[in-house]
Amino acid sequence: MAYEVEGKTIEHDEEGYITNISEWTEPLAGIIAKDEGIDMTDEHWEVVNFLRDYYNEYQIAPAVRVLVKAIKKKFGAEKGNNKYLYELFPYGPAKQACKIAGLPKPTGCV
Amino acid sequence: MAKQDFTTPAFREDRANPAMVPGAMEHSSPFFAKPEHNQALGFPGELVPDWERKAVEKLGDLLKKNRALKVYLDSCVKCGACTDKCHYYIGTGDPKNMPVARQDLLRAVYRRNFTIGGKLFPGLVGAKDMTREVLDDWYKYFHQCSQCRRCSVFCPYGIDTAEISMAAREIMDHIGVGQKYCNEIIGKVHTIGNNLGLPEAALKDTMEGLEEDVEEDTGVAVKYPVDVQGADVLLVTPSADFFAEPHVDGLIGYGKVFHQAGINWTVSSYASEAANFALFIGSYEQMHKVAVRIRKAAQELGVKRVIFGECGHAWRVAYSFLNTLAGPWDFLDPRYPVPQHICEVTHDLIQRGALNLDPSANDDKVVTFHDSCNVARASRMGDAPGGQFHIPRAVIKAAVNKYVDMAPDTICEKTYCCGGGGGLLTDDLMELRVKGALPRMEALQEVVDKHGVTHMAAICAICKTQFAKVVPYYGFDMDMITSVHQLVGDALLLGTKE
Repeated sequence: MAYEVEGKTIEHDEEGYITNISEWTEPLAGIIAKDEGIDMTDEHWEVVNFLRDYYNEYQIAPAVRVLVKAIKKKFGAEKGNNKYLYELFPYGPAKQACKIAGLPKPTGCV
Repeated sequence: MAKQDFTTPAFREDRANPAMVPGAMEHSSPFFAKPEHNQALGFPGELVPDWERKAVEKLGDLLKKNRALKVYLDSCVKCGACTDKCHYYIGTGDPKNMPVARQDLLRAVYRRNFTIGGKLFPGLVGAKDMTREVLDDWYKYFHQCSQCRRCSVFCPYGIDTAEISMAAREIMDHIGVGQKYCNEIIGKVHTIGNNLGLPEAALKDTMEGLEEDVEEDTGVAVKYPVDVQGADVLLVTPSADFFAEPHVDGLIGYGKVFHQAGINWTVSSYASEAANFALFIGSYEQMHKVAVRIRKAAQELGVKRVIFGECGHAWRVAYSFLNTLAGPWDFLDPRYPVPQHICEVTHDLIQRGALNLDPSANDDKVVTFHDSCNVARASRMGDAPGGQFHIPRAVIKAAVNKYVDMAPDTICEKTYCCGGGGGLLTDDLMELRVKGALPRMEALQEVVDKHGVTHMAAICAICKTQFAKVVPYYGFDMDMITSVHQLVGDALLLGTKE
């Protein structure tokens, strides 16, 4: 189980989450997104970049609530809501956006 | 994400038994744990040599330790009372999801190795050797049991399929066949302190964020404290409460209740998890290891009381086993039960007039309540029988004006599992989860149609996540799922009492 990107082989788990997060690159994100049926727009990148920054600081992806709040602060209430995030990432902003951002899947009762 | 290919079951006319479809769920099997997930819990990394013998040996060991297991394996008379009581059978029609058939997967190996009839005439008594085929069936179908114990309510002998499914999972772990979802998560509790893998800094940031949000919403500075030395109460809540929707609104509600009642509380970053998934894999050792974190946190913080948040199986472990797992709790204040459920606490405060609630704040809602299986059938609240049914309802009714129950054969001790309990709340079992939710969805549809129900409240992190995910398959909006303490928090008139 691996992605092929720019001549490199990048391992992923059964669900497509990459196993070594340091191997993430922007072109890889594009490939994962394509597998998910998502065309990456600037708005998608905003979310993905926020997730990666948060992860770098806290070693976990942010809660949806935290993400919504951050997006709201940056882009206003129109985009700072759950519905908007689900439009961007239909399978759920937490899991699907994490996968594209190269972060581990949140586990537990979520 | 490869879309899983299945059809959401249709609501049954007159709740008729499903058409039987042998092998309907034969393909359903959760991801296997990786060697490192198993090894972190002291299990072999992968299938061990001579596993057939070792599995039987482990079964023998469990039979010695657990007399109930032997009684359950011996006493079934095949009366059939359980056959149509399992939500997974109702939703899938696979006959191996009839509780008796599920039990028989283990019972066959028990009979072959531990009964005279089975040793001499295996073909006559349904006895089977431990083979690869048997192991495969175990892995698939003991991961199609949410250990909700509804079938045992109807069994005239009280056979508890959950115990049998826990034993089977423990035997499988023992020979190196673990389930990824449970084992990876238990490992995270050992290293980080919670199922999510939420480290201390992230927990603190999350709680500070809640303080900001609540103050912005209400104008009142409600505290959401972490690691406060000398607090009176240690709140132990599922880590999903810090992270997921609608769970976090429940956590906000607990904080508001504590604030108005003047209760000085904290969560612990070391024991930041109420859940104890070791129950699901039947491992006493792992259950103990997870539970003692709570004891250690309570002692180090010097608290006087331990209160559990909204988590179903955690309350079973807490209510039924916490004392044997991690007691004695003689260092806590003896005037309070150990442990207490947040619903008990809120209920007591309401009774004493310590909370100012305005239920009209929830007048936009018509609410029903889903009894969580482990709370309903494996625990109690308060000091009277049935408190686990009465108390959450009393709390909801104090916070909302419009409340209705679902059909009587789907609530209280006969409640249906949400479809995601017992370590099955994982994306790789989505088909099972959607199908297993069928009887609950039917009951919900009925009260939506008859009474205009808009919200279903729950007191379990698994139930909340499961429903939020599967109700859209049945045409409902995910936002209709709510935490009980969200209703309380929204109705609480902050600043009027404290």
